[in-house]
Amino acid sequence: MKFVDFFNALLGGKLIGQKCGDCGSYTCPPKATCDNCGSRNLEEVEMSGKGRIMTFTTTYVAPAGYSEEAPYTVAMVELDEGPWIVGRIDLPVEEIERLGQALVGARVSVYGREYPTEPFYPNKEKRVVPMFRLESER
Amino acid sequence: MRDVAVLGVGMTKFGKHPDKSLVDLFAEAFFEAFEESNIELKDIQALYYGNFVGEMTDGSGNLSGFMADEIGLRGIPAIRYEGACASSSVAFREAVRAVAAGYYDIVAVGGSERLYTAGTEIGTRALATAVDGVYEITAGLTFPGVFALAARLYSKAYEIPLEELREMMAMVSVKNHRYGAINPKAQFYGKLGNLKVEDVLNSRMISSPLTLLDCCPMTDGGSAAIIAAADIAEDLVDTPVYVRGTGQSSAGGLFRQKGDIIRAIPRRKSSQMAFKEANMTPKDIDFVEIHDCFTIAEIIATEAMGFFEYGQGCYAVRDGVTSIDGDLPVNPDGGLIGKGHPVGATGVSQVYSVVKQLRGEFKENPVRDAETAMTDTLGGDFGTLVNIILSIHRR
Ligand SMILES: [Zn+2]
Repeated sequence: MKFVDFFNALLGGKLIGQKCGDCGSYTCPPKATCDNCGSRNLEEVEMSGKGRIMTFTTTYVAPAGYSEEAPYTVAMVELDEGPWIVGRIDLPVEEIERLGQALVGARVSVYGREYPTEPFYPNKEKRVVPMFRLESER
Repeated sequence: MRDVAVLGVGMTKFGKHPDKSLVDLFAEAFFEAFEESNIELKDIQALYYGNFVGEMTDGSGNLSGFMADEIGLRGIPAIRYEGACASSSVAFREAVRAVAAGYYDIVAVGGSERLYTAGTEIGTRALATAVDGVYEITAGLTFPGVFALAARLYSKAYEIPLEELREMMAMVSVKNHRYGAINPKAQFYGKLGNLKVEDVLNSRMISSPLTLLDCCPMTDGGSAAIIAAADIAEDLVDTPVYVRGTGQSSAGGLFRQKGDIIRAIPRRKSSQMAFKEANMTPKDIDFVEIHDCFTIAEIIATEAMGFFEYGQGCYAVRDGVTSIDGDLPVNPDGGLIGKGHPVGATGVSQVYSVVKQLRGEFKENPVRDAETAMTDTLGGDFGTLVNIILSIHRR
């Protein structure tokens, strides 16, 4: 697995992870060993791409290379298969502020959005951000 | 293993130093430490130097040789340690281990960093090199962001309404600024000493729910210490301060640590390693200088180190337990929030404050009857964790 493949798959609508042949748990984003048991007996799988927001923050002061995107809301989402991933909630900041802490626990689906890269980012062609879309309330 | 002691300590004033290079800052701190160590330059056998982001702030890497040569230590082994904000604590611990092992008798340790002068945008990007450089930075995760994520998790996990938690977090800032304002070496010396909780809550939002006054500042500064085998130290100085135990641990990205980030598992491992080596428990510690890069970070740290139960650290702040006259004074030097945070220099500046306190020389904010204390330095989002226990008592 290469990190670029993970993000390209995300742009194509697929969230790629690994399933452990020894303990059965999932690792995402992929890594060299199972995140639960350390096994290398891993199979690449497509994840459901669904989960819930565990925590989030709206960033008003951004680092060099990201300032034009601010303010933006970074979140950690627990995927239904267990792993947590970092991305952004795709709502306007006013909406985030209105919802506040009530966003914790909200169901989301994951997709990828392309941004310009910056001098220090490992992919010199593009930057892909995992985006979280709130699942419509019933 | 041999016992190890601190001979001398030094630090620059923390703050803004556009006119001093990384070398200038380190040299100033080094010679303060050197002058109270009663040794000659030729006695120093190696330099352990901590710096995090010299490449980004000053366009400079390969720093340790320049540091050694510019202070007159030509040709000795000089090594740079990088463990994000814990860089000089890593350097200190490695120096202690080399002396304890008998490889060296006397070595110099310290660090310098220039983040204030680098400006907020570059500084924020430089600090953000300590988050996962592929999967976290792509979303624009910053360091205030990391602890903002932790604050909301803490609120949820311990069922403390966020607004209530924010008030208790603000009390950390009020306390640490009160102490920073009376510390002549602090960035905010003479400033912000009378903050109110509302001031913290109402200051500019940086990364919700953290405001500007929940955050430590960007800082330029340097720190240094000279350490030696205890038997040698006792011949050289009146009050050696003994290194009784050290611990270190590591972790991967925030997303790998999941909900454990509010329990700071690497910090629990590191502090338990230090307690075990010192043959002590949290009850033996009279005060701590810990890594309050953000208000919530101080609360999480006191819990993970074993001073309070998980979920109780916020009440300890509220009830004054961590104030100078409480059972466990936390950051009597002002901490990172009040004193400043020149990241690569921070760890050894904590050692500086502890050594001064234990020698009875920290006149501005003395901890009464302090004999044993502990430092805690966090690098990145728990990627590097170092704890050091210092005492006026040899084993
Ligand atoms: Zn496994």
